[in-house]
Amino acid sequence: MATYSTNEFKGGLKVMLDGDPCSILENEFVKPGKGQAFSRVKLRNLITGRVWERTFKSGESLEGADVLELDMEYLYSDGDMWHFMRTDGSFEQYAVDKKAMGDVEKWLKEQVVYTVTLWNDNAIAVSAPNFIELEVVETDPGLKGDTAQGGSKPATLSSGAVVRVPLFINEGEVLKVDTRTGEYVSRA
Amino acid sequence: MTTEWQPTASIETLRERARLLARVRAFFAERDVLEVETPVLGHGGSTDAHLDSLALTATTPQGRERLWLQTSPEFHMKRLLAAGSGPVFQLARSFRDGEVGRRHNLEFTMLEWYRPGVTLDELIAEGDALIRHVLPGDPGPLRRRRYRELFREALDLDPFTAPLEALRARAETIGGLSMRDADRDGCLDLLMSLAIEPQLGQGGIDVVVDYPASQAALARKHRDPEDGVEVAARFEIYLGGLELANGYDELTDAAEQAARFEADNRQRQALGKPHVDIDRHLLAALTAGMPSGSGVALGMDRLIQLALGKESVAEVMAFATPRC
Repeated sequence: MATYSTNEFKGGLKVMLDGDPCSILENEFVKPGKGQAFSRVKLRNLITGRVWERTFKSGESLEGADVLELDMEYLYSDGDMWHFMRTDGSFEQYAVDKKAMGDVEKWLKEQVVYTVTLWNDNAIAVSAPNFIELEVVETDPGLKGDTAQGGSKPATLSSGAVVRVPLFINEGEVLKVDTRTGEYVSRA
Repeated sequence: MTTEWQPTASIETLRERARLLARVRAFFAERDVLEVETPVLGHGGSTDAHLDSLALTATTPQGRERLWLQTSPEFHMKRLLAAGSGPVFQLARSFRDGEVGRRHNLEFTMLEWYRPGVTLDELIAEGDALIRHVLPGDPGPLRRRRYRELFREALDLDPFTAPLEALRARAETIGGLSMRDADRDGCLDLLMSLAIEPQLGQGGIDVVVDYPASQAALARKHRDPEDGVEVAARFEIYLGGLELANGYDELTDAAEQAARFEADNRQRQALGKPHVDIDRHLLAALTAGMPSGSGVALGMDRLIQLALGKESVAEVMAFATPRC
């Protein structure tokens, strides 16, 4: 794998730090009036999701990380692992464990395309599309005529997620939900 | 469609920039300081171990020659002083390899001026006046801060007397990196950049004085009255956490200057950096005699950034390096 010097650090570059693959978020070049230059770098650890702030001497380098972010369609779960398939026509399948699934588990729907992060060809993280359409499987009966008033109630979606929805929503309806905030957007 | 061709500053900002540059010229015209233009290329470059020069090969009557893009107009301007120019200023395009970021650009505009017969304190006052002349509002009072005082206050460390191990330990904690092989200045640079600079120039203009002698660059040195530690006769002006200007009581001794150039190149070699050709014309000018006095270099793009309330130098430049 190639190595990258601090002046090549830019947002999105994947590097190895302390044995974990990281994605560079920000790189700030700092230098006192006269003197040595440093790079103040923010990186996201792709395994834990935590953001690290580190300083490097200008010209120091890090090894690149063999990280790919690929579009994959969700197929099924066998109880232990979740199975995804590449959408590039290769039909190549990847099994993802619970740790890598993280919060995305509650936004799963078959045939929807997710972004799977691979490190050395192993899935380490999955992210859901920003918006997803899911069916309401359980909620209190809708209130007729109450389409404009505020007020909300919990609704359980087919993926298992529970979101706050307006009072007029009924079981069986399909809703558009923002997976980043977990909020109801509209009827689909 | 790509937008990469577009300027990094708005046209409105470029108008404001032109207006501020005109204010700078008016400031010096009123004070009878001569505006000069010196070459961006020179036969010598900056030997400073922490500045990386760009060089190119040119065809001249002497044949194929290596010429250095100047990291500041200092050497040429000092040669003018030695030739009897009297006080001079310049808005000079300067080049520093590898320096690109929110506060840096590979090429930038340096406002540099020299005043024969003027003390460092008098030049600090003039620098302060220039900054106030350019800024739209009142930046607050001018405060004089001693380098060692800043370290004592912010870090409870004396930068001159603390053991190297203590400096390394603090630098490692604050920077989150290994400083095992770092020297004193390396540790002090890191602590200054990360722990002290961000707090400088908040609610006023801070002038930092009495730098360690090892960071004298092209300034004279003298004894600190407190305990006789050797310090550099040098100042830096900070505003809003940004380093704006760097001034010296200028070194005029040719032999001392030659020795510092050689020492710089030895340090460069130790750091695995390329040798830089020494500016022989400057040494000859100092031998011929340059009047004593003070000089200061101010990052014009940063001052414009502050004056216009922008977040980066790119926003006040027509085309910042990534789009040049």
